Amino acid sequence: MNRHASRARNRAGVWATGFLATGLFGLACLLPGFARAAAPADLEDRVREIASELRCVVCQNLSVADSPSDLAKEMRHLVRELVQQGKSPKEIQDYFVSRYGEFVLLSPPKRGFNLLVWVLPFLAIGVGGGVVYLVVRRWTESAATGRPPVDPVYAERVRRELEEREER
Amino acid sequence: MTWKKLLIPLASVPVILLLAYGFWTDPKAIPSPLVQKAAPDFRLAGFEGKELSLAGLKGTPVVLNFWASWCYPACYEEAPLLESTWRKYKDQGLMMVGVDIQDKEPNAREFIKRFSFTFPNAPDPGSKVSIDYGVYGVPETFFIDRQGRIAYKHVGALSPVLMEEQVQALLKGR
Repeated sequence: MNRHASRARNRAGVWATGFLATGLFGLACLLPGFARAAAPADLEDRVREIASELRCVVCQNLSVADSPSDLAKEMRHLVRELVQQGKSPKEIQDYFVSRYGEFVLLSPPKRGFNLLVWVLPFLAIGVGGGVVYLVVRRWTESAATGRPPVDPVYAERVRRELEEREER
Repeated sequence: MTWKKLLIPLASVPVILLLAYGFWTDPKAIPSPLVQKAAPDFRLAGFEGKELSLAGLKGTPVVLNFWASWCYPACYEEAPLLESTWRKYKDQGLMMVGVDIQDKEPNAREFIKRFSFTFPNAPDPGSKVSIDYGVYGVPETFFIDRQGRIAYKHVGALSPVLMEEQVQALLKGR
């Protein structure tokens, strides 16, 4: 009875720890999104926000907002001009996409092959979380029983060999 | 139990295949969305003081080349071919236009003089024309047909064979 209660408590502990860790991790991933959602105050903020979603085409994985290259500087100037002309962020993005293709967007659009980029990380977290749960459960079970869990194939082999010995 | 032991290595196979696809793909080989679309118009003040505009070349096949004096060695390798092509085909109705990007004027003029360019060239202040054409490096060359459509875009130094092939296609009006 005590062993069962102990196992149940351990399982509950594993689940609770898993949920808490996943929840905290998910919250940490969402925080930058909340920061971005606040409305920018002035022109430079709006330019920076739009430029930060465009890829610097002469760099590796730098945004137009962050890149020190001359072309990125010119692209920022153009973004500023387009904002001052009253173009929306979507219209400005569409302009650059019409010239450079979707590659110019730092975040790939959520369609077609690009969906993999959005789906795979969560799939990996789910699978990884499942593996962690199974491993931790095995550890806690062995801790509760005081001995490691027995491999059934090995146990069967031992049983057969013992039987053969007894028959001899 | 054996299949469980194989599960993790097997699960890594699609991930490895995806990574292999990613590493095989050249991140610099960006296909242009402008090919087979109307070439964006431009209006630039040439180094010789004359205005250069695409609208003014309507009905003429155009080879539009983006270069820079700091673009070594590709632009230096390509420059003699641009000039020789211009001299060979200018009387057959071809137009060659050079756009100098992100450069200093004395260096650009020195480049033009070094290669004895006789076709029109213009600087691109603010890189507006370059961005309008989706240029991300130099040299890049656009082959524009008589209908004002971008028939072909080439990134990097042109070879004589490719130049000849594309110019012939423009003149035949494909």
